[in-house]
Amino acid sequence: MLELRAITAGYDRRTPVVRDVSLSVEPGEAVGLLGPSGCGKSTLARVAALLHRPDSGTVLLDGEPVHRWRHRAPRAHRTAFGVVFQQPRLSVDPRLRLTDLMAEPLRATGRRNEIPDRVAELATAVGLTPDLLTRRPHEVSDGQLQRACLARALVLRPRWLICDEITAMLDASTSAALVAAVEDYRAETGAGLLAVGHDHALLNRWCGRLVRWDDLGPAA
Amino acid sequence: MTSVVLSVRGLSVRFLMPGGRRIAAVTDAHFDVTAGECLALIGESGCGKSVLASALLGLLPANAQTAGEAHLADLDLLAADERTLARTVRGRRIGLIPQSPAAHLTPVRTIRSQLEETVAALRGVQGRKALRAAAEEAAERAAFPADHLDRHPHELSGGLAQRAATALALVGDAPLLLADEPTTGLDRDLVDHTVDELRRHVDTADRALLMITHDLAAAERIADRVAVMYAGRIVELTDAAAFFGETGPRHPYSRGLLAALPDRAFTPIPGMPPELGALPDGCAFAARCDRTTAACTAVPHLTDAVACHHPHVPEGIRA
Repeated sequence: MLELRAITAGYDRRTPVVRDVSLSVEPGEAVGLLGPSGCGKSTLARVAALLHRPDSGTVLLDGEPVHRWRHRAPRAHRTAFGVVFQQPRLSVDPRLRLTDLMAEPLRATGRRNEIPDRVAELATAVGLTPDLLTRRPHEVSDGQLQRACLARALVLRPRWLICDEITAMLDASTSAALVAAVEDYRAETGAGLLAVGHDHALLNRWCGRLVRWDDLGPAA
Repeated sequence: MTSVVLSVRGLSVRFLMPGGRRIAAVTDAHFDVTAGECLALIGESGCGKSVLASALLGLLPANAQTAGEAHLADLDLLAADERTLARTVRGRRIGLIPQSPAAHLTPVRTIRSQLEETVAALRGVQGRKALRAAAEEAAERAAFPADHLDRHPHELSGGLAQRAATALALVGDAPLLLADEPTTGLDRDLVDHTVDELRRHVDTADRALLMITHDLAAAERIADRVAVMYAGRIVELTDAAAFFGETGPRHPYSRGLLAALPDRAFTPIPGMPPELGALPDGCAFAARCDRTTAACTAVPHLTDAVACHHPHVPEGIRA
């Protein structure tokens, strides 16, 4: 269970973006968080992924409170999360080939021997063809790069997936393909999902439970 | 009503790459845009939509080769020299509404100063007072609030930045507006709002609007006609009401795109689009299509609004 309790977070202590918000995701559950631009939903997603330390409030991972964030978080916590961001171009190292991009989490955790099998398996799962894997980000389209970003998020078999507007830049067919890949992974592993977005039709179709930003926490 | 503003005939764009590779970004595009009409050009990212827009504005990089014609009234945009394009076309005869207004605006200057500069350059307004009044009037046309004029771009929300960019595009009273993905990154309410405003600018001054987008919902809301682009070719060019309505599109790719919407079947089209540098012979969509036959090894031409050997036939005609 991933629990966010009374989270207040932001980039300036005097004007927090997120005020006293609580949200929980059960294992295997898909929660869609719906809110307008600039409401703070991406910040909350970053807190949930342990990428942003909240000003106050607690994050509980399977009942244990989290004390450390970002690179200071223990490896077991960091590898429990797979995160996919809105803009694939801004979330990859432009020097890495797609295959290295997808394998990087395995390298970082000392599991190099798993790379060939796992990368090939994931490339199929997200729909990347072998000739694309040797390219660098500037040689592929946004949709293809986002597929690689999804593969990178899944490579360590995370128990929790955080998807922050992952289809906002993409056309309808690529969006549907990415969502199908996420759902295949979840069906296989029982991972929980927090999907953040502003597209009601998409999240309604994708997620088992839909939460509106305005309904979270005490009336802000 | 029938005055054609932009007439594109056989437009093709090739990029010459190192090692003699050629990228076929746009191939043989034919379409017209008339006054008071919005044509939505839809397709997935990397299919050549934005290259087409750049070609019309003469903003292609040096390694691009163009063929065909694009007439804006009596002027062929593809044959025009840089001097003509810079002094008489951009801003004056074609207004560009950019993909990312936040990146399009100058970050270190206020919206007022940018509007005043544009008004001075395009309309020859002189004198501080006159400029100030003209800039305020220009802002008002795009419904940009006057009390935000002295802000810098980073102090504006996405919707207001979009209006600022639209205000700049409208200053020159261009008969043709070119909107390149104007709604990317905006939420649904803002998309609707932006699109409705664009529509208003088309209707009030009888402008022509070519809107490039991958957002089918936005296209449905605004467009009179829809052109679907796949792998550099326009594969279907049809009436928007029929395309999004009960009749539905006729090209299998267009049908697949609509079926991928979350409020429809939500099933992706299998496979991925071909590389523009290594297009297959024949129909580029054949590898992903469920209606492929031997005929698909020949390139289908756009006849009767659709470029396919086996288009879907509307129910009414089949009987």
